[in-house]
Amino acid sequence: MKDQLEALKSEALASVQEASDLKTLQDLRVKYLGKKGPITEVLRGMGKLSPEERPVIGQLANDIRNAIQAAIEDKQRKLEEEAIQKRLASETIDVTLPGRVMPKANIHPLTAIVEEIEDLFIGMGFSVEEGPEVETDYYNFEALNLPKDHPARDMQDSFYITEDLLLRTQTSPVQARSMEKHRGQGPVKIICPGKVYRRDNDDATHSHQFMQIEGLYVDKNVRLSDLKGVLTVFAKKMFGEDRDIRFRPSFFPFTEPSVEMDISCFRCKGDGCSLCKHTGWIEILGSGMVHPNVLEMSGFDPKVYTGFAFGMGPERIAMLKYGIDDIRHYYTNDRRFLSQFKQV
Amino acid sequence: MKLSFKWLSEYVDLSGITPEELAERITKAGIEVEHITDLSRGIKNVVVGLVKTCEPHPDSDHLHLCQVDLGDEVVQIVCGAPNVAAGQKVAVAKVGAVLPGDFKIKKAKLRGQVSEGMICSLQELGVDGHLVPKEYADGIYVLDEEAVVGQDALPYMNLDDVILELDILPNSAHCMNMIGAAYEVAAILDRVIKLPAPSVKEIEQKASDKIAVQIDAKDGVPFYGARVIENVTIAPSPRWLQNRLIAVGIRPINNIVDITNYVLMEYGQPLHAFDYDRFGSDQVLVRRARDGEKITTLDDQERTLSAEDLVITNGERPMAIAGVMGGAESEVTNETKTVLLEAALFDGRSIRRTSSRLGLRTDASSRFEKGIDPNRVMEAADRAAQLMCELASGTVLQGIVQSGEAQVPPRAISMPWAKINAVLGTSLSKDTILSVFRRLRFQATIDGDALTVSVPSRRPDVAIPEDLVEEVGRMIGYDHIPATLPEGATEGKLTDYQKKHRMVERYMTGSGLYQAVTYSLTSEDKVGAVSLIEGEGFRPIKLSMPMSEERAVLRQSLLPELLDVVKYHLNRHMKDVALFEMGKVFLTKEEKLSQQPVETERLAGVLTGYFRPDDWHHDGLKVDFFAVKGLLEGLMALLGLSDRISFVPSTRKGLHPGRTADILLDDAVIGFLGQIHPVLQKTLELNDTYAFEVDLRTLLQSEVPALRYRSLPRFPAVTRDIALVVDQDVSAGELTEVIQKSGAPLLKEVRLFDVYTGERLESGKKSLAFSLTYLDPERTLTDEEVTKVHNQVLNELETQLGAVLRS
Ligand SMILES: [Zn+2]
Repeated sequence: MKDQLEALKSEALASVQEASDLKTLQDLRVKYLGKKGPITEVLRGMGKLSPEERPVIGQLANDIRNAIQAAIEDKQRKLEEEAIQKRLASETIDVTLPGRVMPKANIHPLTAIVEEIEDLFIGMGFSVEEGPEVETDYYNFEALNLPKDHPARDMQDSFYITEDLLLRTQTSPVQARSMEKHRGQGPVKIICPGKVYRRDNDDATHSHQFMQIEGLYVDKNVRLSDLKGVLTVFAKKMFGEDRDIRFRPSFFPFTEPSVEMDISCFRCKGDGCSLCKHTGWIEILGSGMVHPNVLEMSGFDPKVYTGFAFGMGPERIAMLKYGIDDIRHYYTNDRRFLSQFKQV
Repeated sequence: MKLSFKWLSEYVDLSGITPEELAERITKAGIEVEHITDLSRGIKNVVVGLVKTCEPHPDSDHLHLCQVDLGDEVVQIVCGAPNVAAGQKVAVAKVGAVLPGDFKIKKAKLRGQVSEGMICSLQELGVDGHLVPKEYADGIYVLDEEAVVGQDALPYMNLDDVILELDILPNSAHCMNMIGAAYEVAAILDRVIKLPAPSVKEIEQKASDKIAVQIDAKDGVPFYGARVIENVTIAPSPRWLQNRLIAVGIRPINNIVDITNYVLMEYGQPLHAFDYDRFGSDQVLVRRARDGEKITTLDDQERTLSAEDLVITNGERPMAIAGVMGGAESEVTNETKTVLLEAALFDGRSIRRTSSRLGLRTDASSRFEKGIDPNRVMEAADRAAQLMCELASGTVLQGIVQSGEAQVPPRAISMPWAKINAVLGTSLSKDTILSVFRRLRFQATIDGDALTVSVPSRRPDVAIPEDLVEEVGRMIGYDHIPATLPEGATEGKLTDYQKKHRMVERYMTGSGLYQAVTYSLTSEDKVGAVSLIEGEGFRPIKLSMPMSEERAVLRQSLLPELLDVVKYHLNRHMKDVALFEMGKVFLTKEEKLSQQPVETERLAGVLTGYFRPDDWHHDGLKVDFFAVKGLLEGLMALLGLSDRISFVPSTRKGLHPGRTADILLDDAVIGFLGQIHPVLQKTLELNDTYAFEVDLRTLLQSEVPALRYRSLPRFPAVTRDIALVVDQDVSAGELTEVIQKSGAPLLKEVRLFDVYTGERLESGKKSLAFSLTYLDPERTLTDEEVTKVHNQVLNELETQLGAVLRS
């Protein structure tokens, strides 16, 4: 009987070893370890054995059963592992195939520039004001020290609707309106972005519609040196710390003194090239101390208050910053143009 | 304004300073030098030559063979100019010279004859053809007798000069003449200035015997002065004068005209020379023109005048348009013997109106517009008379016949001197401030706190204390003003509206729509192409003088221009377009605007083609009504308005009648979405295109309760699915509304998950399947409780809408 059991063991272990799939293994488990299996059979026939032999054979039968059991489990783990490997191999994909397109567009480059400038000035305590695009002659010109017949005011440059109403030629009227709202009490510290309109034929560098951002700071004791300080901070953050900045006197009817700010050329870094007309400098904005007439007309006492104002063109800034060569691109809205500004 | 470096150096010592350095200094002082032009243009090896002989070329009917003495050698040059002749001193480009345009002079053979060099015209030396005197316009240029053979020829033509071109702004009109520029440069460099002092040799006879002057328009003509110069000989001006005019961009004509132009450039005083004998009377009468009065100006154009123009008349007819241009009738000609010289002051605004109405801007008009120095009018007249005596051998009659007043006293400005430092943010000493005014040649004193400055009449731009601040600032240099940060602290932040505005932008781009910016001006036929949110009755706002029909009217909707952008893409084979724009529209019901129109901000979008493109293993997602609706529903959720928004069927101009919905906030229409009407699509050559437009202002200004967290449900929800069969005309919206109302409060969510019409249903019927979710936040619902409410929902659906469960 002992021999019988040993033979059974080697037969079973050999079969398990040969089993090549989980189904065969399951069949072997039933065949050898099931209720009708040979080991159960042996144990059932133990009655015929002598009392001395019984525990020996019983022990042996159990050992064999455990050995077969262990072998099957071991084999099962191996087969399962193989199956998983096989499945993973069959599931392998080409990860270099393109990903699914998720819709994702971007804001207009002009919006990006305007928001960047807004954020820089908000960080310096300015808030953002807006105003109407159809303006009265008074706010667009007169309140800005441009009375009728002023040489700097050319009828040919503006889109009039009636004698008194026109498309604003600058965002400066927002300054006058904001100052009026403050009723002579400072501080007024605002920037005003918006669309403006001038009678220009559209070409690579001119547009009858364009954007402007103006800034205004009116308070007691505002100095030209403050204008220089604030605009220097702005220029360095906007265009890079390594930029040189130059201030030079200029003329605007609504400021006195007036200041033009240049920054060292983007392309040649000041050595002179075609972009900067070989001067090494690029004009970036106009500014100055608010003209006393403007303060007075908007209800501020020029003896008590001073202020500075500045204005710049986002189209030009974006053109310089990104190297855009034609102002019309902004208004053509070609997707191949717009989609280049994903990062902004 | 073209500033000649050589001419300027007659008034101010420019030794030790290059034109480039001077340009930099002037620019930094506030008068931008736009261009620096070296008139020599790098030319070398052009010398004075004497044409010794000039014979016809044996094998040509127009070429000449010239033997030219160059000082150290005599060369043969073949010359094609018709005006070349023996005995002339000419500019010769020697072999090896390089002329403008990279034109290299080489030894050559022309029709068999050796030619060693070239006799030059002014044009060949880089002078603009418009500036070359007529007698040399089609040939070589002939130098003065005094030119020394063999020497560099450029100085004889003033081509060794450098021109600084100034950008003249309204506050720098004082630099529109050489003397004014000299004052400016002397102040900038802190150097001595020496000015011409005219001295006129007059004869006994009085000018007033020959002419009388009367002003009938005192408001426009503060002063009119006339001189009479007899026995003039009209001839070309001497070379030095011609050269200077050419250098500053004026073509020499004859001595008399050149002298008036020269003094214009020197003093900034426009002068006019009439031919006294052709003037037609012995009286100058200055008056306003009569409406419709006509004059033929020097350029041979007949001009029709209006009552606001000023004219110089002979008592009867206009002889000149004051301050703009003279008349042809009394023009100086080669036969002129007696000159009537005008030196006057005209009101700049009046001159500006006239010149802009006539479209006639001249050197004279632009100077009057910007303002001239009244104290130099008579001096300029003297200067011109002196030159006419010297250069045209005229005799000057005694005195200036005048009317009105030219002299004005200097303007005194007083201010606390400390204000200069307070405005500039500097700490300049009294002495430094006074030294600036000394350099400017303004009288200035400081007495205690008070600074008093006497500003000469040549500087009309300096009128108020702030102008003095600027003078000090620009003279010390803006580089020397410190950079400080404002002392007052303020809080800077975006308003709620501005924050939400940015959120909307980000949402739209995150959803795949590019932001567009289109023009506010559109055409009259486009402006009414689609319906307005507000409805009917709005009038297009037209420009009074549009530049084109295409940009003549202010937009009332963003859609027409956006549809053009779609078309732009289709034309370039880009069929998938998704764009949005945020911008203003302009609305009025007035026929003619009497006040500013309503400006309100809109959000609009256009979508066509694939919203998400086909890729290698998925079908793309085509734009349809529901894609756009979903986009807008997401937007409303972002703005916290989901519960207050509804979509109702609508018909609108320009949109598909069966595929359009109005968007309501509570009960008010705030926008719409839909497919562009197929007829309009066809007209515009579009594919199926969907569009929406909403009133952004209303959306962003709507008060939204502050966000509050709701606790998560602790008890399970129960979901029941139903499929309902209804008549075709019953809408999903109606069904949803009945379900929501009759299922409340336990019903928490209704979700439509299927719509079916087809042969498995009776015709005229459709089936909609909904998933209903019931929940009680306080406890677990029993099956019976749910069934009770659910049955109630089914009952209401059947009674109100005839909906039955699909079997
Ligand atoms: Zn450069």
